[in-house]
Amino acid sequence: MKALCWHGKRDVRVERVPDPRIINPSDAVLRVTSTAICGSDLHLYNGFIPTLKEGDILGHEFMGEVVDVGRNVKKLAVGDRVVTAFNISCGACWYCQHQNFSLCDNSNPNAVMNANLNGFTTAGLFGYSHLYGGYAGGQAEFVRVPFADIGCLKVPNEVSDEQALFLSDIFPTGYQAAENCEIKPGHVVAVWGCGPVGQFAIRSAFLLGAHKVVAIDCIPERMVMAEQAGAVTISSNENIHEALKEITGGRGPDSCIDAVGMEAHGSMYDQVKHSMRMENDRPVVLRQAMRICRKGGTLSIPGVYSGFIDKIPFGVAFAKGLTIRMGQTSVQRYMRPLLDRVQRGEIDPSFIITHRIPLANADEAYGTFLRKENGCIKVVLKPDAPPLPKPELEAPARAGLGREPFAAPRSKRLQPR
Amino acid sequence: MATAVNDESGAKTARTRTRGLAVERNRARRVIKCVTISRSQEDLFRFWRRLENLPFFARHLISVKETSPTESHWVAKSPAGTTAEWDAVIVKEMQNEYLAWESCPGSEIDNAGSVRFRPAPAKQGTEVMVTLEYIPPVGALGALIARLYGEEPDIQVEEDLARFKAFMETGEIPTTVNQPVGSGARNGRAA
Repeated sequence: MKALCWHGKRDVRVERVPDPRIINPSDAVLRVTSTAICGSDLHLYNGFIPTLKEGDILGHEFMGEVVDVGRNVKKLAVGDRVVTAFNISCGACWYCQHQNFSLCDNSNPNAVMNANLNGFTTAGLFGYSHLYGGYAGGQAEFVRVPFADIGCLKVPNEVSDEQALFLSDIFPTGYQAAENCEIKPGHVVAVWGCGPVGQFAIRSAFLLGAHKVVAIDCIPERMVMAEQAGAVTISSNENIHEALKEITGGRGPDSCIDAVGMEAHGSMYDQVKHSMRMENDRPVVLRQAMRICRKGGTLSIPGVYSGFIDKIPFGVAFAKGLTIRMGQTSVQRYMRPLLDRVQRGEIDPSFIITHRIPLANADEAYGTFLRKENGCIKVVLKPDAPPLPKPELEAPARAGLGREPFAAPRSKRLQPR
Repeated sequence: MATAVNDESGAKTARTRTRGLAVERNRARRVIKCVTISRSQEDLFRFWRRLENLPFFARHLISVKETSPTESHWVAKSPAGTTAEWDAVIVKEMQNEYLAWESCPGSEIDNAGSVRFRPAPAKQGTEVMVTLEYIPPVGALGALIARLYGEEPDIQVEEDLARFKAFMETGEIPTTVNQPVGSGARNGRAA
């Protein structure tokens, strides 16, 4: 089959690899019909996540058709159309039994390696580092899904691939971030980062009753998308503190969502330390949010952090009695209720897609997404689409929405479609 | 999973030993590991008491054959890659709670082990504590070599217990062996 494999920093390739097959009795194998590139895949692409190995198949947002099931699979049958949670969870351990699927005890084959770092292991992940099991991911024509009964949700025919796909990660991730804010009537929620998770956090905050949502970013097309959801936007180049005080009548936001995570821009100090591997993460947003959040407010962190961070004003968080909530999303907890919301027409998750690209061109799509070229916010990869031929790739570009956040050579090849 | 400092039952095992380890007690190594498993004491004890099940999750064991209700023959991979064999006998058994065994005199690898099962609070399952004692196969050099090959007993026992827990809770042991991988992958990379 074709699969997108990691070979090193900013080096991913679409290759022919063996097809996956059933290994354990609770496995299913899917023929992938749609898969997406996630912002956290860019952390891998940029080489910031250790213990990736050459040849690893990436991708943790995918859906498809069941083509084979192991003997212990009870809820799925060949031919079912399903979407799969990005975390792999056994469904039987104490954590899974208490709906904390991302903290599963039993799904990481490298549990002891992970526990040596984190104290205790958490769930295995598709297409991520070997610290989380090194499971082959879904940016491929086929994928093996362990504990398939727990991780797969059947998708009714009236819900399209593009509406269901993001139940795998970014919709539940944005939703959990908003849920962690414990939104009450009158609450103002500030969201740093208007990437895909931020966009879903904004919409989820409204679904959960937020009075006002303020979105902070610097990329025009992302801010436009946030405004379309009803958010007020602030440019991250402005004085965010003063702007938020104005918007909130001087109180500050009741909760702050950091949907940026470890690769935030805007601090030379952190960029230098990060690039020299003296700091794992660049916690610019965390510092701002701790100062700006209302006293007694909540800081909710869906953005990924991977290690040690510098100069966090912990005394500020202490003085103001902030609540901090974070962690990988327990996707399985949200898939069914959020599918219900999609079916009731409360949200159509396909709004986020800007680029639809054949899997065969996935290597190039990573570059387009990284450089935010041509208005790129979310890329969906289609395994069954024929590769874009050379002449079409080099055709004159259609007018893009994009601006240039990096000084990298700009590609006009992969246009919004 | 944690390393316990005090283990009453394990300590008793060591004190009551009259053979084997007593000869070279100063060289004996001891590993203690704990894990909580969402299954009853009865289920876990029953599985463990059938010693022939142990190689299923203990990777360094090739086979255990029960030769009588209390005696068994064990075959293990030694750190250097060769195999080691010994006979063992169950020295203490408390139904559903405790099991202790030790190698017979003159064994290639002089060793002893015990496992204790007790209920965890608030219906969280059963707390399992495993204690292993052994004389390193070729002295301190053996332990050094073992460490070089990543087969440090401490980590090995922790991994064994993680596999035991996964199997008892889910009916399978998580793995990525034989999954597809792209070009450039090194041999033996799958975990």
